Amino acid sequence: MYAQMVDTGANKLRALEDMGPEERAFQERVDADVKIEPKDWMPEAYRKTLIRQISQHAHSEIVGMLPEGNWITRAPSLKRKAILMAKVQDEAGHGLYLYAAAETLGVSRDQLVADLHAGKAKYSSIFNYPTLTWADIGAIGWLVDGAAIMNQIPLCRCSFGPYSRAMIRVCKEESFHQRQGFDIMMTLCRGSAEQKAMAQDALNRWWWPSLMMFGPPDADSVHSAQSAQWKIKILSNDELRQRFVDQTVPQADYLGITMPDPELKWNAERGHYDFGPIDWDELYNVVKGNGPCNRDRLQTRVKAWEEGAWVREAALAYAEKRAARAQKAA
Amino acid sequence: MTEDRRVFDYLLRLADSDLVLAQRLGEWVGHGPVLEEDIALTNVGLDLLGQARLWFAYAGEVEARFAEAGRSEDALAFLRDSGEFRNLLLVEQPNGNYADTMARQFYFDVWHQLLLVKLAHSRDPRIAEIAVKAEKEVVYHAERSADWIIRLGDGTDESHARIQAAIDDLWMYTGEMFDPDEIDTPLAEEGIGCDLRALEPAWREAVGSVLDEATLTLPGGTWMQRGGKKGVHTEHLGHMLATMQWLPRTYRGAEW
Repeated sequence: MYAQMVDTGANKLRALEDMGPEERAFQERVDADVKIEPKDWMPEAYRKTLIRQISQHAHSEIVGMLPEGNWITRAPSLKRKAILMAKVQDEAGHGLYLYAAAETLGVSRDQLVADLHAGKAKYSSIFNYPTLTWADIGAIGWLVDGAAIMNQIPLCRCSFGPYSRAMIRVCKEESFHQRQGFDIMMTLCRGSAEQKAMAQDALNRWWWPSLMMFGPPDADSVHSAQSAQWKIKILSNDELRQRFVDQTVPQADYLGITMPDPELKWNAERGHYDFGPIDWDELYNVVKGNGPCNRDRLQTRVKAWEEGAWVREAALAYAEKRAARAQKAA
Repeated sequence: MTEDRRVFDYLLRLADSDLVLAQRLGEWVGHGPVLEEDIALTNVGLDLLGQARLWFAYAGEVEARFAEAGRSEDALAFLRDSGEFRNLLLVEQPNGNYADTMARQFYFDVWHQLLLVKLAHSRDPRIAEIAVKAEKEVVYHAERSADWIIRLGDGTDESHARIQAAIDDLWMYTGEMFDPDEIDTPLAEEGIGCDLRALEPAWREAVGSVLDEATLTLPGGTWMQRGGKKGVHTEHLGHMLATMQWLPRTYRGAEW
């Protein structure tokens, strides 16, 4: 997930007969579900789009460490502290292999990180919301990781080999993350009245932003058709969103807490839940930089990077000295 | 003091140093100098947290032998005040810059490994069992922190200056590690604990040889701060506990 509104650079789809021989061969491989590997020929726009999508995803993992990391020092039990540390560490690991997948497309991790710090690269809007109570850690696991899995399971089948393999690995860990989130929510909902209120408050604040994670409505998703043709997007934003709502509402019922949506209702005819209108203005604003935490998140990342510069330089200088000494000795 | 009380206090020392250092490392998560370091620091923190939980679990069992009931790991971690914490002053020192964090880790890791090797032969089978398990993890911690001391010491002028300053600043908190008191001594004599004084030459040798390779100077100061084992801490611990303990103390009795 974690990749929203990825620009494909294309405004209309091309038919096979409009393509040159190389592009046609490429599209036929994609259509036949044969994975594209880094050394294979690929259209430049496919390469660029994938770099954008995979790096956005990687950045989201890294920025996403911050709202949850915010509660590591305050986790209410040693067991929860250990689980949360392990979870945030997993996210750093996801970031690492996603950056590695992006690097196979001919871009360096340093360049991608520089783009993030310069505000040129996006990351998921969801991480620009604050974690105000311990229940937010439960809600993130349950809703945010739940939404991420919804999006990433189809991406395990995406056309680009390294991305598809990274997604398979990520999904295994994400399902553990989601379970631990739900477990926190369940413990709170079975706890005191104050704890249950904490859980309801977290749901109130995270529900709509979670639905926005799937991106704008299909009608406004200008690049989706191209991404679908390339099989780097398998299901549409609205399809994924509906699946997420359908899956999550019964879980909230089980917890005994209520979605903050008066229009939410089971529609027997459609076989889906109907839900109220999403405030797209809010999503576009958060993506633009106006979310409650955009500035903090980016400043924190930049600060960590800048303050770590002397450490990275030292490690490099030492490695060079050592190599020089080894050469001299040989 | 009965033997059970002594063992209980001794176990808290082991648990508290692990927990407090794990808490400090937890503060780094998401803020490391490079992604790989973020992951590695968290690994060390998780190991220490896991070890703290094993020591606390056993401490609770020992406590039940002389008190009405033994406390749970969470009661021990979250409901004691700073005066009841028994950790080394070294591990509660703030993270500072990366050199400060690595110097603190290095001093502790070298001692921790030497200690656990001895405790692996404790006459108390539970202590021996936990020490054997923990030592396997701490070998890696000690290797890693020594590598960083060398890298920073023999890296750039800036890193050399920073790590030397950190090594110097933290030196006065190292004496406490080798300073036995009325709990350590009888437990060492009974073969349950270990002779702390005997660890010092090996520690100095290991630390000295890494500092040599790192082109750094072993500090010469002889005045050492003490108090951690008696619950007399630096000002830093209270702030750490205020953060760490706030939630369970605000909602007493709640399950999380």
